[in-house]
Amino acid sequence: MSDTTPTNPDSTQPPVTPAEAGVEVALGQTTATAGQLTIVGVREGAFGVQGSGDTSGFGGLVEPIVMPGPTPRPYGGWFDEVADELGLALADHDLPMTSAIEKVVVDRGEITFFVRREHLPVVAGVLRDEPSLRFEMCMGVSGVHYPHEAGRELHAVYHLQSITHNRRIRLEVTCPEGDARIPSIVSIYPTNDWHERETYDFFGIVFEDHPHLTRILMPDDWPGHPQRKDYPLGGIPVEYKGAEIPPPDLRREYS
Amino acid sequence: MTTENITFGAAEEDTAEPGFTDPYAGFDDDGVGTVYTVSGGDWDTISGAPEGEKERIVVNMGPQHPSTHGVLRLILELEGESVHEARCGIGYLHTGIEKNLEFRTWVQGVTFVTRMDYLAPFFNETAYCLGVEKLLGITDEIPERASVIRVLMMELNRISSHLVALATGGMELGALTAMTFGFRERELILDIFEMVTGLRMNSAFVRPGGVAQDITDDQVRRIRETLPLLRNRLSDTAGLLVDNAIWMGRTVNVGYLDLAGCMALGITGPVLRSTGLPHDLRKSQPYCGYETYDFDVVTRDTADCYGRFLIRLDEMQQSMRIIEQALDRLEGNPGPVMVGDPKIAWPARLSIGSDGQGNSPEHIQHIMAESMEALIHHFKLVTEGFRVPAGQVYSAVESPRGELGVHIVSDGGTRPYRVHYRDPSFTNLQATSVMCEGSMVSDVVAAVASIDPVMGGVDR
Repeated sequence: MSDTTPTNPDSTQPPVTPAEAGVEVALGQTTATAGQLTIVGVREGAFGVQGSGDTSGFGGLVEPIVMPGPTPRPYGGWFDEVADELGLALADHDLPMTSAIEKVVVDRGEITFFVRREHLPVVAGVLRDEPSLRFEMCMGVSGVHYPHEAGRELHAVYHLQSITHNRRIRLEVTCPEGDARIPSIVSIYPTNDWHERETYDFFGIVFEDHPHLTRILMPDDWPGHPQRKDYPLGGIPVEYKGAEIPPPDLRREYS
Repeated sequence: MTTENITFGAAEEDTAEPGFTDPYAGFDDDGVGTVYTVSGGDWDTISGAPEGEKERIVVNMGPQHPSTHGVLRLILELEGESVHEARCGIGYLHTGIEKNLEFRTWVQGVTFVTRMDYLAPFFNETAYCLGVEKLLGITDEIPERASVIRVLMMELNRISSHLVALATGGMELGALTAMTFGFRERELILDIFEMVTGLRMNSAFVRPGGVAQDITDDQVRRIRETLPLLRNRLSDTAGLLVDNAIWMGRTVNVGYLDLAGCMALGITGPVLRSTGLPHDLRKSQPYCGYETYDFDVVTRDTADCYGRFLIRLDEMQQSMRIIEQALDRLEGNPGPVMVGDPKIAWPARLSIGSDGQGNSPEHIQHIMAESMEALIHHFKLVTEGFRVPAGQVYSAVESPRGELGVHIVSDGGTRPYRVHYRDPSFTNLQATSVMCEGSMVSDVVAAVASIDPVMGGVDR
């Protein structure tokens, strides 16, 4: 099944490189090869100090934020079996694995399939229905916001569980902030009804064809999507024994 | 439709244009413009009740209602006393814990997550810490004793949570003695929590790398002494309800949800096990060494409220078995309760002084008077915290209500990049409509009680 091996996503969707972000970073310092890096941002300075007379030298620190990159075959254990079966099942739907799955990441004993958003319903349907896969339970969707990952700022992360085979996999779908739309999989996993509403509420990802996509935890007329990274935490400074303690999001952050 | 209306000013009937029929906005006599009138509210003019159909009303049950398990709002469309449609309104207890976590260190996160599902704080803490440990890659380095203490506290917590489920469920169905019994027994367990952690709930006791404080042999002995009393009282509660005709009348064949429904809706915990499927993460995907304990997964096949009630009763007995095994392992087996790596292990230790629990005087003496390096180390770890390598994990534990999953993302910094709790209450509450529609209003109360949602976990 070598034809189902996922290709490097860089051919279609280059990740943000430090050079694009206007920062020079010595990539050789990281262990992964340059083609496999998934850089989601750049960390600058230390101790959260900006613009003060930093004499430690750490203020000039510039470091890419590197998430685990795509994993080549073999993935190890039953991961290869799931990937093979998924490739075969997708082929039955005339959908090559390489066009549905952007990349596969195996990290810390967990496998993540990055699914291209337009193919998510097909992939989820196959994962649920194929007897050799049978991920009959979805543990919901969680959003993650990577504001510096241009073109793929918003991620929706689905955790699927197979009680039949006692396995767990993760699906990750990305969408740009300017076009935050991901197909809903409520028709496949009805449990995602509330989960997708929650992710819409907090991240503003519009799950298309959701039966009733409204806010669920925040008030209906709430402006903005609070879990996005550019949404402030809020809070007021507190005075204690004459000293003023700023709200948590304005404190020194030791990034 | 009438054209008689109340108008402000000097509008009169004969100045209205002939044939004009809008009752709410006529013209004034000067022809200046539309005059809006205060009128309306006559439902008959908008929609008449169709012939032959009974009257339906929409009732908001909650969010402030004694039998909705906290600030849960049930929107019921009733036809007489039968429920035609049931919907949940949630969000009344949303506190933004997940957002707040992104602005605190990894260790401080425990203090937040313990407040989510406030009846199962040790499960919230353990799920979070297992995830952080997986990100750190130190899962195998957690001391055995720390894992045993985690198991002990979680199983005690499972009993106390199930007791509240029985107590509030009993209260909602009119069995007030079950409520007094349940809360009385829970008090025994909360006393143990207070003795071990210093706090009755929200104790932030489980920390990344281990637990905050060791359990002494004396405490083990006192927990052991509580168990026979607890066991007796649990059987009292069981005797009160198991064969109780009224209780059975309210719960048998009520709130039915079969296996296919559970799978589709992602339902886990006692509700799933009441369909006969023995799915328990402690058995299928063990953590904290659960594979080394001897216990059974309790199931029933009635798929109704009564079955879930029996499952909770039996699970408490199974938890008692695990607790006894954990106590056996703790007794006379001293050892560390925090990972050995000083870059992660919390530097301070607690001790009990004449004024209560606080920082250990030896440690304060050490950092303040003896070692500058120890002070720097303490300061750095407490204020800045440790860094967690970038990546994401999902860790799940079997909470009293089902699968409590945590999706944790790190960007390599000293604070979580994103923490998402997949709380079982949140997911299970989606079953309300399928359990309740077509039943009576009184069965809604029983069905919601059998789901046992905790709104702190639902709304986070």
